[in-house]
Order: sequence, then structure tokens, then C-alpha cells
Amino acid sequence: MAPNASLVSTVQVRELVRRYDDRAVLDGLDLDIAPGEFVALLGKSGSGKSTLLRALAGLDYDVEGSGELAVPENVSVVFQDSRLLPWARVLDNVVLGLSGADDRGLRSLDEVGLAGREQAWPNELSGGEQQRVALARSLVREPELLLADEPFGALDALTRLKMHVLLRKLCAAHQPAVLLVTHDVDEAIVLADRVIVLDTGRIVAEETISLPAPRSAADPGFAAVRSRLLDALGVSV
Amino acid sequence: MSATTLPGLRSREAAARPVGRRRRLGLGKPIRFGSAIGPVLLLAIWSIGSATGWIDQRVLSAPWTVVTTAGELIADGRLQSNLWTSAQRALIGLALGIVLGVVLALISGLSRLGEAVLDGPIQIKRAIPSLALLPLLILWLGIGESMKIVTILLGVFIPIYIHTHNGLRTIDSRYVELAQTVGLSQWEFIRRVVLPGALPGFLLGLRFAVTGAWLSLVVVEQINSTSGIGYMMELARTYGQTDIIIVGLVVYGALGLISDAVVRLIQRRALSWRRTLAS
Repeated sequence: MAPNASLVSTVQVRELVRRYDDRAVLDGLDLDIAPGEFVALLGKSGSGKSTLLRALAGLDYDVEGSGELAVPENVSVVFQDSRLLPWARVLDNVVLGLSGADDRGLRSLDEVGLAGREQAWPNELSGGEQQRVALARSLVREPELLLADEPFGALDALTRLKMHVLLRKLCAAHQPAVLLVTHDVDEAIVLADRVIVLDTGRIVAEETISLPAPRSAADPGFAAVRSRLLDALGVSV
Repeated sequence: MSATTLPGLRSREAAARPVGRRRRLGLGKPIRFGSAIGPVLLLAIWSIGSATGWIDQRVLSAPWTVVTTAGELIADGRLQSNLWTSAQRALIGLALGIVLGVVLALISGLSRLGEAVLDGPIQIKRAIPSLALLPLLILWLGIGESMKIVTILLGVFIPIYIHTHNGLRTIDSRYVELAQTVGLSQWEFIRRVVLPGALPGFLLGLRFAVTGAWLSLVVVEQINSTSGIGYMMELARTYGQTDIIIVGLVVYGALGLISDAVVRLIQRRALSWRRTLAS
């Protein structure tokens, strides 16, 4: 790698291998994510999406593997479930592990549209609201890299559309590099600057999305990208 | 018959059936004040039996005798002073047992070494009923207050330990991952995630512990005691005063009910974040 390339990348992955029981889930994977770039990661179940995300999040201790991995110090993760502590109020969940950050936490809640709910218990919120708290918890840390593992997978279709708008707005404001793991091809095209498709531990397709905002599935360019991605995923339409 | 006509046929038959003929399965509507019927019936049989002389006064005193005896015991202060002695024993034993149970559960729940050292002996102790240790405790501690309190303590700390330890060890691994991604320190992780997560387990243990404290109290008070509700009942046995024995039983029952209600109240307060699920 040229030295200046490592300066501009937020994430740099080289020859990454991760094995479970002698089966290579990630098989010599290379990936770069530029600062502020939004990358969506598509792949069938078992393609290694989550393994890659967990490797980047540093959650894959005890997993056998090799390769180089450079990630920034400040990484936030949004999980598929909101993963709020049920015994902590909303604000305490947002600022979990930060000290003296209540003001920032309140601003963060305001940003995700939950101003005034800071004293609620997580169980009192709807699924979409819980996921918005989880977003606030991630963004209050001003991460250089945001990792999201199917964050909207458990939400209904309408809530999901609202969350797309919110996530775009938040990413524009905070400019983190994003790696979004998703099953949803349309979601990937709507949100990402670049979509990569993973299959048996390798990147098998890559699309840079240059469609104008707001992106709509009615756009012929959208349909073309979608059919190429579905092709790469082995789905014939 | 084709598959398409079958559902139609069924629904016509169902419509032709007279309304209300079919009995609903299950128990039907709940009876109002149903839980009071059994006790009231029992009280009625006892009263009628005593009034007609069908129940011998020496076997079982009449309900009104029990009430007047209770009044006399309160008037001369015997009931209160015995109750106070009993309550003190139970509360001291309970408090010490809770502290011991929690401390041991924390040591064994938060460190592998602690578990290796402590969990085995505690499981062995659990297999031995606390009351079976009485002969040994009497030899070691005599028949004074310390023996009584230690016996209660031994009955109390086991359920506290078991449920708190279980609570500490069954924290959802998803929260452990979360703690790691937000960069909690070991101490913050324990304070923010592990302890609040183990609180429901501790409170469940507390309910068992309170019941256990009263049970142990009854036994120790009937052995070589010179005060307390159990002693009052033992003394009454020697004189064949069934009315006093029944007053003692009522007091024990009331204590059990009240303390359980108190623990449930604590549970509701401490776990208010869960109330939203139930309501």
C-alpha cells in the first residue's frame, strides 16, 4: 500500500481470514472505507457479513484468523436489537460509559426526535423509538466509524423508511464512515455511497452508487443497480 | 367429497346448532371473593363444633376463647414482649444472612477463583438442611441467642446466595458485548450492567430467605427457649392451653404474610422498570 492511502482510509482491511472449525468464513478479504464514506454490505446468510462486522468491532476474540486490520480508535456499533439496558432510563442508556455527558446526550436525543423522553424506561418505547435511542447512543460518541448490523431488520416497513431518512440526516451531520450490514438491497442502494456484495468470505461485487438524492426505486438507474446487485447475490429476477 | 364443499358444509351445521347449547370448556366465570370461602367455611365449622360441644375444648379451644385469650395476652404485655423477642431474632438473623449471602455471591459470581473456592462448600451446605446442624450448633454455641441467630442466618444465606449468584452469572451476553463496544471499564460494567441485572435474582432469593427465617425461628424457639412466640406456645403445650397455641399460630401466619408483602413491595419499587411489561 502507498503510505498516503493509509492516511485517507478510515478502515483498512488486508487479507483478512477468520475461521470457525476450519471453515474460512472470511477468506482473504480486502476492504477500504474512506472517511465519511457510507458502505453497505450485502450478502446471503452465512456469507461472512456479521463476522466481518464483529472483526471490525473487535468482538471476535477467540476466533482463529490472520490478516491486517486497521480501524479508528472511536468505533460505535448499532445492533439489530436496540440493546438498551432495560433497567436504565433512556438518557442513561445514551450516555452509558461517558461521564458528565448528559447535555450531549440530551442533544443527541433531540437529534433523533426523542426530546422529552430522556426519563422514560426503554420498555415504554416502541421498537422504532428504541432503535433511535440506540442511534443516539452511537452518535453521542462522535465515532469515526459507525458499524450497523441490520439495524432496521426488526422494524416494520414504514418505520424502516423513516429510519432511512433519519440515518441519512444523522450521517450528513456527523460524517462518520459507515459500514451497514443489511439483507435489503433497496435499503443498501438508498443509503450507501458504495455497495459491496460478500459471498463465501470474499467481495464478489462492488457498485458505486451515484444516483441523485432523493433516490427512488422508480428511477431507471436504481433498477439497473438493483438487478446487477441481485445478480451478484445469485437471485435471478 | 371435494375439498371445497367441506368447509361450507361445516359452517352450515354450526349455524344450525341452537345457541348456547354447547358448554364452554374450562372453569367458567370466577366466583366473587372466592378465596375467602374456604377459610370462612372452616371458621364456621369450628364455631359450630365448639358451640355444640362436638369439638372438645381440651383438643381445640373455641374461636371466641382464642380471641379473648389474645386480648388478655396483649393486656398483660406477654404477647408483645414475646413477639418483640421473636421479631428481633428473625430480623438480626435475616439481616446477617442477607449480608453473608450477598457477599459470598458477589465473590463467587464475579471471579472464577472465588467460585472455585466458595461454590462447592456452599452447594454441600445446601444439601444439608440447616436444622440438621442444630445439634452441632448447640454444642458449639450453647442454647443462647447466638445459636438461634446463627441457625436463622444459615437458613437465610443459602437462597440469597443461590439466586444472586445465578442472577450474576446469567447476564445476557448481548449486554456484555454492548458494554465492550461502548468501552465500559470492569468496574462500570459491574455497576451498570451486572449488579442491576442480578437484582431480580437477589429479590427472588430474598422472598425465599424471609420464609426461611420464620421457619428456622419456629424451630429454634421451641428448643430450650425462655422467651419468644415459640416459647409461649411450648409453655402452653405443657399446660394444655390450646387457645394460646392457636394465638401463636395466628401470629406466625400474620408475620409470614406481612413480611412476604413487604418483600413484594420492595420488588415492585426496585424493579419499576419491569412494571411497564406487566401493566
